[in-house]
Amino acid sequence: MPDDLINSFMTGPDENGRFGKFGGRFVSETLMPLILDLEKEYEHAKTDDSFWAEMNDLWTHYVGRPSPMYFAERLTDYLGGAKIYLKRDELNHTGAHKINNVLGQILLARRMGKTRIIAETGAGQHGVATATVCARFGLKCVVYMGAHDVERQKPNVFRMKLLGAEVIPVTSGRGTLKDAMNDALRDWVTNVRDTFYCIGTVAGPHPYPAMVRDFQSIIGKEAKAQLMEQEGRLPDTIIAAIGGGSNAMGLFYPFLDDKSVNIIGVEAGGKGVNEKMEHCASLTGGRPGVLHGNRTYLLQDEDGQILEGFSISAGLDYPGIGPEHSWLHEIGRAKYVSITDREALDAFQVCCQQEGIIPALEPSHALAHVMKIAPSLPADHLICMNMCGRGDKDIFTVAAALGVEMGAGD
Amino acid sequence: MSRIDAKFAELRKAGKKAFVSYVMAGDPDYDTALEVVKGLPGAGVDVIELGLPFTDPMADGPTIQLAGQRALEAGMTLQRTLQMVRDFREGDSDTPIVLMGYYNPIYSRGVDRFLEEAKEAGIDGLIVVDLPPEEDSELCIPAQAAGLNFIRLATPTTDDKRLPKVLQNTSGFVYYVSITGITGAAAAQSGDVGPEVARIKAATDLPVIVGFGIRTPETAREIASVADGAVVGSAIVSEIAEGKSPAEVLSFVKSLADGAHSA
Repeated sequence: MPDDLINSFMTGPDENGRFGKFGGRFVSETLMPLILDLEKEYEHAKTDDSFWAEMNDLWTHYVGRPSPMYFAERLTDYLGGAKIYLKRDELNHTGAHKINNVLGQILLARRMGKTRIIAETGAGQHGVATATVCARFGLKCVVYMGAHDVERQKPNVFRMKLLGAEVIPVTSGRGTLKDAMNDALRDWVTNVRDTFYCIGTVAGPHPYPAMVRDFQSIIGKEAKAQLMEQEGRLPDTIIAAIGGGSNAMGLFYPFLDDKSVNIIGVEAGGKGVNEKMEHCASLTGGRPGVLHGNRTYLLQDEDGQILEGFSISAGLDYPGIGPEHSWLHEIGRAKYVSITDREALDAFQVCCQQEGIIPALEPSHALAHVMKIAPSLPADHLICMNMCGRGDKDIFTVAAALGVEMGAGD
Repeated sequence: MSRIDAKFAELRKAGKKAFVSYVMAGDPDYDTALEVVKGLPGAGVDVIELGLPFTDPMADGPTIQLAGQRALEAGMTLQRTLQMVRDFREGDSDTPIVLMGYYNPIYSRGVDRFLEEAKEAGIDGLIVVDLPPEEDSELCIPAQAAGLNFIRLATPTTDDKRLPKVLQNTSGFVYYVSITGITGAAAAQSGDVGPEVARIKAATDLPVIVGFGIRTPETAREIASVADGAVVGSAIVSEIAEGKSPAEVLSFVKSLADGAHSA
C-alpha cells in the first residue's frame, strides 16, 4: 500500500485491536472479560486529565523525565558523517525505558482496584521496573522469569527481591522469556479477581500493544520537541532496537506522520539471520502467526511450532514482535534491519570509549546500525537514536564475550 | 446431523450422561497414542477430544504441556495428527472426534486447507482455546461453513451479559470450564458447578459438558449429575506420563466413564 493512500499512520488500532491484519485478541475465554475491562478502563483514563497529571508528576519527580537529548559529538566525529543525537532514556530511574510504561499500568491497576501485580521478564529490566513501582505504591508483586535467565541475571533477581517482589523461576517449556509469559498468563487466568498483568512490551492481546505504545510515546514526544529546540527541525532518521519493540514504538509513534523522517528498527541478528534460526529477528527471519494474544511475525517452524530466539542480549530474546511493527513493516512506513551479536559488541565498546556511556546490549544493536549508515550520510543529516538502557547489567556478559576474567561477582 | 449431534441425541434417548476424554495426539509416540485412542470407545468414551500438540499451550497446566512436548519430540505434527484420525476412522465411524488445541498450527497450515483436510480425515469438531468470539471470523465461521462443529468454552468469568455472545456461534456442545485456572489444577466442586450449568442451559439448547479439575470416577459422577456430561484430561494424560500400558490407561478410563455414566 503506497504511503500517499494513507492519511495518517497514527489512527490504529481499529476497534478490534487490529493494525491492518496484525494484533487482535487471541486469548482464552476466561481472560476475555478481563481484557475488555482493561480496555474500558484505559479508554477512560486516556482522556482523563487527572490520570495524565499523576503520570506527569511521577515521570518528572520519580523517573527523572524529560530524559536529555544529547549531541554525541565525538561519536559523530569518529564516524565522520551524519550528526548523531542520543535520546538518553538510560538515565531514567531503574536504568531503562521500561518504567515509562510500568507507571501507566500500575496507575490503571490502582484505578481498577487490583491489589496484586504480575509481570514477565527476560533480562530483568521490566521485572525490576515493575517491582520498583509496586514498592512505591505498596502493591504485591510477582515476577515470572525463565529459570535460565534467573541464573544468568542474578543482580537483577536480587534487585527485585530487595524491592519486595517474589521472583518465580519458570521451568515449563524451555524456561525462557516466552515461557515466562505463558506462566504469567496461567497465573492471570487463575487469579482473575485481584490480579493485574503488567506486560512489558507492545505485544499481547489488545489493548496492551496500543496502551504500552501510548505510555512509551513520551520518548518520541520529548525527542521531537527537544530536536525542534536544539536543531530547529525534525530529524532525518530515527533508530531504535527491537525485541518486543516498546522503546522503538515509543520513539517512532509521534513521528509516523512526519513523512520526511526515515524510521529504522533494529532486530537482534544473533549469530546471523540464517536457516539455523540462531537469531531473534522476527521480521527479517520469521512469518506471521498467533502467539500470546496477538497476530504478528513470529519465529516458528513449518508446522507452526514456536522456536526459541537467540541473542547475546537477553532483552531482545523473544520470538515475536509487537503487532504494530509487523504492520509498519508490511506497509513500508518503517524499515527493519538486523545486527549480529558481534556488531553489537563492537558498537558497545565504541560507545564506551567515544562517549563515556556504557550502553545496554539492546541499544548497542541500534548503535551498530548507526555506525553502519552514518559514515556515508552528509553532515547535515540528523540521526536520533534511542539509548533505551544502560549497560551495567550487561558487563558480565560482555566480559565473557570478550574473553575477560571478571573474578568475584561473576 | 453431525456425529456429535447424533451422539448426544442417542445419549439423551437412553437417559445417559456423556463421558468425554482428552488425550494428546502422539503422546508418548504415534503408535501408543493410536492404540489408546482406538480403545477409548470400548472403554465407554462417548466423545474423544484429541489434543493437537503446541509448544506454547498457555491455558494448560504442566501435565498437558509436558504431553505436548513428548509428542513434539516424538515427531508429531498437524499432518500426523490428522493421519491418526484417519487411522482411527478405519475401525470406527461413529465416535465423534473433537480436535483441541491452539490456533497457530492451524493458521500456519492455512485455514481453508486445514478445514478441508480435517473434514476429510474424520474430525467432527474443533476446540481452539485462543479463539474467543471476538475472533470468530478467523476459524469459527469458516469451520461451521465447512460442516465442522465449533465448540466454545464458557468460564466462570463469562457473565450473563457476555454469555449470548459466547453461545452465538457455538455448535455441538458447550464446554463449561469449571474453575478459573488451567487444566489439571484445583478440583471442581459440583456445588459451584450446578448453578453455573443451569445458567448456561437456560440460554441454550446445546448440551453442556463440564471439564477442568475432574480426576476421579467419583468427581466425574458428581459433575455429570449436574450437567450433560464430564470431561477428563489431565488425569488420563498423567497415567500415560507414568508409562502405564494402553490396557492400564484404558482400564482407568473405563472407571471414569462408569463414574460419569452412573450419574
